[in-house]
Amino acid sequence: MIDHFLVDEFENIVGLPYVLTDIEDMVTYSYDAAVLDPVTPLAAIMPGNSEELGQIIKICNENNLPLTIRGAGTNLSGGTIPSATGIVILTSRLNSIIEINKQDMYAVVQPGVVTATLSEAVEKKGLFYPPDPGSQAVSTLGGNIAENAGGLRGLKYGVTKDYVMGLEFFDAAGRHIKTGSKTVKCATGYNLSGLMVGSEGTLGVIDKIILKLLPLPSHRKSMVAVFNNMEQASETVAAIIANRIIPATLEILDNFTIRAVEAFSNAGLPVDAAALLLIEVDGHPAVVQEDGEKIETLCRKLGAVNIKIAANDQERDKIWAARRSALSALAKLKPTLVLEDVTVPRSRIPDMVKALQQIAKDFKIDIGTFGHAGDGNLHPTILTDKRDVKEWKRVEMAIEAIFEKALAMDGTLSGEHGTGLAKLPFLEKEVGKATIAFSQQLRKALDPNKILNPGKVTGIF
Amino acid sequence: MTNIKKLAQLVKELEDQFVVCIRCGMCQSVCPLFEQTKKEADVARGKLALLDGLMNRMFSNPEGASERLNRCLLCGSCASNCPSGVNVLEIFIKARIILTEYKGLSRTKKIIFRNILSKPKTFNRLMKWAGHFQGIFTKKNKNSQGTSCARLISPLLSNRNFMPVATEPFHEHLPKLDTVSSRSRLKVAFFTGCLIDKIFPKIAKDCIDVFHYHDIGVFIPENQGCCGIPALASGDLKTFEQLVEHHVDLFENNSFDYLITACATCTSTIKKLWPAIYKGNQNRVQNFVEHLSEKTLDINQFLVANIKIDSSHTDGDTDKEIVTYHDPCHLKKSLGIFKEPRQILNASGIKLIEMESPDKCCGMGGSFNLFHYDISSKIGTLKYESIVKTSCKTVATGCPACMMQISDMLAKNKSNINVKHPIELYANNLKSKEGLDKD
Ligand SMILES: Cc1cc2nc3c(=O)[nH]c(=O)nc-3n(C[C@H](O)[C@H](O)[C@H](O)COP(=O)(O)OP(=O)(O)OC[C@H]3O[C@@H](n4cnc5c(N)ncnc54)[C@H](O)[C@@H]3O)c2cc1C
Ligand code: SF4
Ligand code: SF4
Repeated sequence: MIDHFLVDEFENIVGLPYVLTDIEDMVTYSYDAAVLDPVTPLAAIMPGNSEELGQIIKICNENNLPLTIRGAGTNLSGGTIPSATGIVILTSRLNSIIEINKQDMYAVVQPGVVTATLSEAVEKKGLFYPPDPGSQAVSTLGGNIAENAGGLRGLKYGVTKDYVMGLEFFDAAGRHIKTGSKTVKCATGYNLSGLMVGSEGTLGVIDKIILKLLPLPSHRKSMVAVFNNMEQASETVAAIIANRIIPATLEILDNFTIRAVEAFSNAGLPVDAAALLLIEVDGHPAVVQEDGEKIETLCRKLGAVNIKIAANDQERDKIWAARRSALSALAKLKPTLVLEDVTVPRSRIPDMVKALQQIAKDFKIDIGTFGHAGDGNLHPTILTDKRDVKEWKRVEMAIEAIFEKALAMDGTLSGEHGTGLAKLPFLEKEVGKATIAFSQQLRKALDPNKILNPGKVTGIF
Repeated sequence: MTNIKKLAQLVKELEDQFVVCIRCGMCQSVCPLFEQTKKEADVARGKLALLDGLMNRMFSNPEGASERLNRCLLCGSCASNCPSGVNVLEIFIKARIILTEYKGLSRTKKIIFRNILSKPKTFNRLMKWAGHFQGIFTKKNKNSQGTSCARLISPLLSNRNFMPVATEPFHEHLPKLDTVSSRSRLKVAFFTGCLIDKIFPKIAKDCIDVFHYHDIGVFIPENQGCCGIPALASGDLKTFEQLVEHHVDLFENNSFDYLITACATCTSTIKKLWPAIYKGNQNRVQNFVEHLSEKTLDINQFLVANIKIDSSHTDGDTDKEIVTYHDPCHLKKSLGIFKEPRQILNASGIKLIEMESPDKCCGMGGSFNLFHYDISSKIGTLKYESIVKTSCKTVATGCPACMMQISDMLAKNKSNINVKHPIELYANNLKSKEGLDKD
């Protein structure tokens, strides 16, 4: 139970309808998209502006009340599973696009703006915000920054961190901190934006965001290459990059995923193919033309049995609809879906894919693999039913095996989904004890009352 | 005792269905209610988590959970966008049944549903009575939707523009019908549905005219009633079953090729919910309900599939009436029907101009509109705005419930735009081509 005085105080700040404490509502803020056990918070608060947000944080700090910030709650690592003795702060009402500046090519937004809403708004002005996580129709920009979200265009355009020019955030004491600026360059003070990106709500609460925008590419070309074995497909990925071509997108689907997508959407995919590469190049028309042709030649040389080039926008949309439906198609096969995001140096993609197939066999579980082959980021997707206790045990062991393989290849546990609670037990293996201790010290110094999303990323400190 | 067995079976089915939700949150992007309130309990993911909590006995008092479950338009937008294929509507309906059985119906609903809806004769009498006397309670607004403000009771009804109850419901105009076709040999049964019968009888009349024009035999049994969705949506299984069984009796011993309705909600209820609720029963009613479900078609879909419709509309014809089309959730999202109504419109001598997001829910949601009129109106206002932007003269839609909501929104904003069913426009065009009287 939360103290009545505190509830009154919160209600005075944000207004009665925006403080929720009923158990039924708490249940709806007890989870995110990670397959982890839910935890119900004491209250959920929906501030309507910066001042309200700052005041709430201050009260939490004065009362040692843990707080978890929640954007859309789509993260896959347990980052918004709250503390049972804490509250949840929702950013859904902090959702205005404050400015889109065409001349200086930046946007200023509140943290609750939905990613796709911003992309659409800037595209209407001929500008481009490249980070496009699969969840962009619902995910918030605050959540994207706090997770350093990636997307399909990561290979050429990078990830969220590459677009953060400046931030305003509240620290644990509710002080308002500013970092970065609207200028392309900025060298004053520490690069605190860099620290906040990927901090998963543990170092501060993001309140305002300045994002870099690009000119919208004028031309694009998409194609699908069909391979009869995985090695050839992976070698092609490496060869494209070795030839100094950087496609905007370079995605891979394995046979399991191809079959699932085809069963789901009848898109006409070759169900016998071992792998598909989906490729898009964009930019100046001459470059698009040239790169497109080079890629086609490479694919053929390295064993592609068929290459289809999208002749128009409709065909292009069809290619990407197939890729985007991968997760849906897999999700329909079994009740529980565990979406991993191990990432390896791209030259190791063939080894990693092979290892995943072996792990699926060893542990007798279904794994469909697709992902951003171009940047080494795979999404092995485990299909299971959590209610089947025995199988779930095998799934947990398989996940561990996947992590071990990735680390052995100089890879990382997570390319884009974050640490949260899910990867916490494995973090030490990747970064070592000292790194965790350093991070804990940082938190201790910045958040002595331990109120900011306790338990996430570094564990209890 | 049987009821308890049925309930237990429902709980089991429900559990198997809601574990499929992977909590991805993609439903947030399409839920019209969440768009307004930003509360997780209003979107499918939150409601499914609530159900999970309920089944795990997390709540000692189900009232709070059931109140939240009822805050839903049952529009199915979430389901149509769900990567995991969660059958959200069926789950919500079953949950409502379980909760209602558990709590017992509220007094007022008991009276309305058990005594009135379940006995078509009483319902008809009551509505007729209301039709004759509505003049006392309402004044006719001079606007093109033909709504009337509920003058005396408006404080209670927050200035809703009610559609007047027709003075002559369809079943009085044409109590029953049984015709055969001379050439096509096609025969349809027509399910009128409450709203068309009592509020929009002209749609039913136009349907019959269209059937005649295309030489299609029609069977309309006497004493039809409600498809049962209002009862089901408030969890009243008993009334629902009485209604379904009443209609099974009416249609069972007659032969026809298709069962046609002009109401999106009736179509999707008969096609999807009737068999879903009877599943596993293995008796005569269940068999017939399955069979009927396969034969049930929306009128637009039926016409496009069975009649040669000339929908090669001619562009550049500037003096044609501009019409825009709203996709009823129960047609597009539940049944995947969105091309056919447009084909019918294009064959109706009008110029179809699409509005922005034509398939966005209008905010009606049956009793949601009654209990949450404020939010329902906010959602409806978004629809109003996209309709007006098309500069249309008429907005067409294939569901009388959507027609009521859209009429209310247009009337509120003092707009002169007409609201019509595609069949009305199609029939009008046939009549004008034939040189018959237009109405
Ligand atoms: C179907 C699906 C597809 C996905 N595809 C991708 C993908 O392609 N690439 C990718 O990178 N991720 C992907 N994700 C994961 C997820 O969508 C991203 O991590 C996203 O950035 C989370 O945004 P959110 O608004 O949901 O944040 P939440 O889940 O609400 O929060 C995430 C973390 O950020 C913190 N946080 C949120 N707002 C703030 C704030 N204002 N200040 C400080 N901390 C804050 C939270 O405390 C939490 O720790 C996918 C998820 C799903 C379900
Ligand atoms: S979209 Fe479907 S699977 Fe995802 S949270 Fe909503 S109901 Fe669950
Ligand atoms: S049925 Fe409609 S209102 Fe209800 S949860 Fe789904 S999208 Fe939201």
